[in-house]
Amino acid sequence: MTSWRLTKFNVVSMVFGFAFLYLPILLLVVYSFNASRLVTVWGGFSTVWYRELWNNRGLLDAAWVTLKVGLISASVATILGTMAAIALSRYKRFSGRTLMTGMVYAPLVMPEVITGLSLLLLFVAIDLDRGFLTVTLAHISFTMCFVTVVVQSRLMSFDRSLEDAAMDLGATPTVTFFQVTLPLIWPAVAAGWMLAFTLSLDDLVIASFTTGPGATTLPMKIYSQVRLGVTPEINAVCTILIAIVSVGVVAATLLNKRRLVRQARDERLAAGG
Amino acid sequence: MGEAAAPETIDRRRAGTAETRRGRSFGSRGFFRIVVIGLPFLWLVGLFLVPFLIVFKISLSQTAVAMPPYLPTFGDPATWWSALQQLSLDNYAWIASDELYFNAYTLSLAIAAASTVLTLAIAYPLAYGMAKAPPAWRTTLVMLVILPFWTSFLIRVYAWIAILKPEGLFNQLLMTIGVIDQPLVILNTPIAIFIGIVYSYLPFMTLPIYASLERMDHSLTEAAADLGSPPLKTFWTITFPLSLPGVVAGCFLVFIPAAGEFVIPDLLGGSRTLMIGKTVWLEFFTNRDWPVASAVAVVLVALLVVPIAIFQRQQARL
Repeated sequence: MTSWRLTKFNVVSMVFGFAFLYLPILLLVVYSFNASRLVTVWGGFSTVWYRELWNNRGLLDAAWVTLKVGLISASVATILGTMAAIALSRYKRFSGRTLMTGMVYAPLVMPEVITGLSLLLLFVAIDLDRGFLTVTLAHISFTMCFVTVVVQSRLMSFDRSLEDAAMDLGATPTVTFFQVTLPLIWPAVAAGWMLAFTLSLDDLVIASFTTGPGATTLPMKIYSQVRLGVTPEINAVCTILIAIVSVGVVAATLLNKRRLVRQARDERLAAGG
Repeated sequence: MGEAAAPETIDRRRAGTAETRRGRSFGSRGFFRIVVIGLPFLWLVGLFLVPFLIVFKISLSQTAVAMPPYLPTFGDPATWWSALQQLSLDNYAWIASDELYFNAYTLSLAIAAASTVLTLAIAYPLAYGMAKAPPAWRTTLVMLVILPFWTSFLIRVYAWIAILKPEGLFNQLLMTIGVIDQPLVILNTPIAIFIGIVYSYLPFMTLPIYASLERMDHSLTEAAADLGSPPLKTFWTITFPLSLPGVVAGCFLVFIPAAGEFVIPDLLGGSRTLMIGKTVWLEFFTNRDWPVASAVAVVLVALLVVPIAIFQRQQARL
């Protein structure tokens, strides 16, 4: 769409949509600074619940487990997911391609209870003790498909003559990939990693199925407390998580924008000079 | 005639070489190809396909008081034949005979379908406004839609509890402005589930629709307007049909996961609204009946296999 005359209807629907998206989160953040223990009665500004958090060992331990699982699984998932994206977009013919496409797209929409149940039954069948390792393996499997989709869309809109030139000049596929392809698809790979990392931090259902003693993740901890009722401590934990994620996403977007601006300027200079 | 056709032939020949070059990119054999295809393929087979086959096998097994709580277990290859004969369809017969499961399936599909329509009703005007906004704003608007998606799903569902409960913020607001004098019961009803699903899945619907609207060639609607078509008619005959791929993708991205949703019905829907995701969870964790949990899961996948296949075909075409 090129013309952009916003009608009253457009403005109202956008205001309504964004208010709907942001009000609940905003209220949660506001009420985390509530002095009252009653979560829906405002009792003045206070940071008491944040101080409480520091003494809550269980929550801190769970946060640490979640972070470790997220970092490891996102990194492995990014490697495997990028490989799958290359396989699907650069090799049009290999036996099992249809099966592979199916196995990449199906987990994207598969209900989490089913993914969780099936992975748990696998771990039981091969007699693998449930714990940190099994949660990490499960998270790699369900996040790698998201990485594949993100990287694949970048590989599609990509000037392949660069790869062909490198190959014509005698570079092996491995060298071509690391010297030509990877630097060009890097932003998508980074975005895929971030997506995998947040999905892993966020996951409750799959982790609940595949975890074992000593590997309780933060969402599981939050869930068990939420079932007992809304508490200001949970509001505080959630606010901290929201703050971390928002800062991360905004910073990544700004950095990316700056890179794009610089790239555009370089291109202009090259064309002019 | 021959002169005029020549450039076209050259173009076609050039296009032909480009095509063969493209196919040759990264070579057709060798170490790189084996690793890049083989590793993710084996991983997906091992941790997606095989686990699913195990679910299927256990759904045909008998419940047992043992660890793991099902029989047979296929331990020793020598006993495989007799183990195979122990498999039965009893769990499926059980699911078919108990109304509880039938109700849970129909309720899940109905709630998923209704919330998909509701999500579309909110997401479409939002995406339409975004696509008509000045280009300089669009990146920011898209980021505003994506940002809540990055924050925890659990947190976003949880935020609604404090709003919807009887003494919650929504009822306080309505009572203060005098619309109602008795608090409305919203939490622990299907309405709360609708709100939860629409809220959590809104970005999945908005972004594909926005993408297809943004790509649209605006000269078509301008031409229609020039020829005297009223705006609403132009929308229904031109804009909406052209945005259909985005609408379809968005609907599948909402409907399929919503049908198996566990967290939202569990936290917002209360114990009386039993959806199928929760049934699998209860059979597994509370009743410890792994074979029935597996059978319930297999039937859910069977119900979703058609929408999933359509979604895949559509994605693979992009």
